[in-house]
Amino acid sequence: MTPLSYHVQEYVLLAALLFSIGALGFLIRRNVLIQLMCVEIMLNATNLLLVAFNRLYPSSMTGQVFAFFVIAVAAAEAAVGLAIILGFYRLRNSVHSDDADILRH
Amino acid sequence: MTIGSIYFFLCAIACIAGALITVVARNPIRGALGLLLTIVGIAGMYLKLHAQFLAAVQVIVYAGAIVILFVFVLMLLGADAMERPTGNRSPVARIAGGFGIAAIVLFTAYRAIQVYSPTTNGHFPALPEDFGSVKSVGKQLFSEALAPFELSTALLIVAVIGAIAVARTGHKKAVLAPNNLTSAHRFFGGPVEPRDAVHPIAKDPTL
Repeated sequence: MTPLSYHVQEYVLLAALLFSIGALGFLIRRNVLIQLMCVEIMLNATNLLLVAFNRLYPSSMTGQVFAFFVIAVAAAEAAVGLAIILGFYRLRNSVHSDDADILRH
Repeated sequence: MTIGSIYFFLCAIACIAGALITVVARNPIRGALGLLLTIVGIAGMYLKLHAQFLAAVQVIVYAGAIVILFVFVLMLLGADAMERPTGNRSPVARIAGGFGIAAIVLFTAYRAIQVYSPTTNGHFPALPEDFGSVKSVGKQLFSEALAPFELSTALLIVAVIGAIAVARTGHKKAVLAPNNLTSAHRFFGGPVEPRDAVHPIAKDPTL
């Protein structure tokens, strides 16, 4: 048996597990902050896939450069998302995503 | 088991455990620390995949900035950041939901391990000289990916300005909110009429 961590499959498996955990957490939880953290977990899972497949095809560094951009976008997303959560908290005095229903009424 | 396998296994355990802690934790601070565990585990994976530059960026940006931002907001909100207990789900719904989640996760994992590269059967090939170093990533970043790199700086500055615009309270509101008084109230004991303009303090007619 070949040792672990020298095939791309292990990384694909790990990234799939991480992504599904993050997606399910986003769907299950009702705390907006936890939901934003679950988005970060999903972004990290896709980043891991990008880097793993770049290790499989190492002729250029495209995957790692993509992962770098994904990290930059994730930073921007976290800043704007947390600002929106603060505004939402000021508006409704809650971080419960069920309370974000002003447009429904 | 080689050292590399043990290292991979530890990082994988850290990633999965951190993600589960984030999803399950009632206290969002624990969720943030679970996210931190996941991020550090993924940085370890990057080292295993010969992406040293990305591992450093991951620790600096994610662990050093994003998680700290989360903790800042959690501390700002205090106890209000805790999730309200929602105890109105029936046990049947809970069990069905648990089985559904397990089915989704297992199906995803099953599909994932079927993936393999047709050319090399998923086995990692030998690496060129400076794969994943700052030098090679920087070379690619400033040649092929120069336009997106510059655009990402614009994205970051727009995001920061947008975050400030969304999160700040208007100055008037901030002053007015505590006691609902205008500055005319505070300095002159009431609204200032145009006829008072010569002697704004002298509201008392006897003076």
